[in-house]
Amino acid sequence: MPLALSAVLAASAAGTSSDSSAFLRQYLTVAIFAAAAVVMVGAMLGLGRLLRPSRPQEQKSIAYESGVDPVGQGWSQSQVRYYVFALLFVMFDVEAVFIFPWATRLEAMGTYGLVEMAIFIGILVLGLVYAWRKGVLRWV
Amino acid sequence: MLAVSMPYWFETLIKTVVVLGVIPTMALMLGYVFLMKMMSHMQSRLGPMDAGPHGVLQLVADGVKFLQKEDLTPANADKWVFAAAPLLVLISTFLLYVVVPAGPRLVVQDLDVGIFFALAVSSISVIGVLMAGWASANKYSLLGALRAAGQLIAYELPLVLAVIGVVIQAGTMSLQGIVRAQQHGAIFGFGNLGEPFILTQVVGFFLFLIASQAELTQTPFDMPVAESELVAGYMTEYSGFRFLFFFMGEFGTAAALSAIAATLYLGGWYIPGVHGLAADVLGPVVLITKMMLVAFLIFWVRFTYPRFREDQLQAFAWKYLIPLALANIMVTGILKVAF
Repeated sequence: MPLALSAVLAASAAGTSSDSSAFLRQYLTVAIFAAAAVVMVGAMLGLGRLLRPSRPQEQKSIAYESGVDPVGQGWSQSQVRYYVFALLFVMFDVEAVFIFPWATRLEAMGTYGLVEMAIFIGILVLGLVYAWRKGVLRWV
Repeated sequence: MLAVSMPYWFETLIKTVVVLGVIPTMALMLGYVFLMKMMSHMQSRLGPMDAGPHGVLQLVADGVKFLQKEDLTPANADKWVFAAAPLLVLISTFLLYVVVPAGPRLVVQDLDVGIFFALAVSSISVIGVLMAGWASANKYSLLGALRAAGQLIAYELPLVLAVIGVVIQAGTMSLQGIVRAQQHGAIFGFGNLGEPFILTQVVGFFLFLIASQAELTQTPFDMPVAESELVAGYMTEYSGFRFLFFFMGEFGTAAALSAIAATLYLGGWYIPGVHGLAADVLGPVVLITKMMLVAFLIFWVRFTYPRFREDQLQAFAWKYLIPLALANIMVTGILKVAF
């Protein structure tokens, strides 16, 4: 992949010793950004602590239920209506992970790759059609 | 180049500080321009006018107000999860900004799996939403969170599958690579103007827009926060700055997803005829202009359409968008191999 190669070369020209450390360094930046989000949230809440009042009252910490006293517990049992959709989602999401590498290399693979993927997607569409005909895609 | 000779840590520090400034700015800009002014004018009213010229500072004033509000946690809440939830939403927003390029060299990290990474981190936020809804120990919050999860399940797929068309055309997942791929070629043989992928991926572009509308829980898809049904959905129990973090996450992500859509389909920071250093200087302006165009479409739809029903939402995704996205992949693949 010439693009990836040139990216790695550019990164190693920037003073990194080897390709793998340049690669890992890219993801170190990702980790630093996640940490920056934590620091920002901490800093803002810390600043807020200096400025905001704190007058705890029992009534303030009751769960909000449109102004009337809450009935029962907040953690009530609720019907997750879309668990069948969730199963379908897992199937299709994994499929998407398989399609991405194929998509980057399609030019090299040509007709062979295209036929291969047509079969792959065809099987998945069959699955979707089956689910559809079985009435799974109806909200119950 | 200056950027190359700097040690890694120094460079990363500068990038982090810049992005720390960019994210709230983007959130404020979208919030002011679209949520306050555009919506007001579409509804024949002026919107906020007092804070600053034409009300520009209204959201800053709101921020200062939120800063002074008492920080409440419900007595029954799961305290740690309750506190961690907005953090997770913001982390997802922050990570989106890592891969969006604003110029030939203006990018935090041009990951090889750029767009794939962006799609992956954008869905982290739903875990934060689920945590918020569950930890609040509030029925509205729980229902809102479950709706948000159901929505993500339905609309993550059209979003991911729509992008594959672009990846096929560009032959790379790196966002810089995708921008570069759009610089060559001519529009229907006219001049050397580059070829933004929207010309060949119109279907993909609209699939991406609809799916990001749902990911951002903007109005036809705003069931997780539907005011008239669920008060504020998963945000009901949040007050003060913690509430503001959700707002910042929503609008920061809206800006990031619009910028990604602009990068994928409208050529990103590139305009014809600008190369080298000039592209680095003009790049951010061009990208923000294109981003605002895309965001305009998203918010225009938001202010125009009424809310879907939950069953319509699922049916729309599974019966129309996903088959359409799969067809788009196959047609793009066939055309790529044929030409």
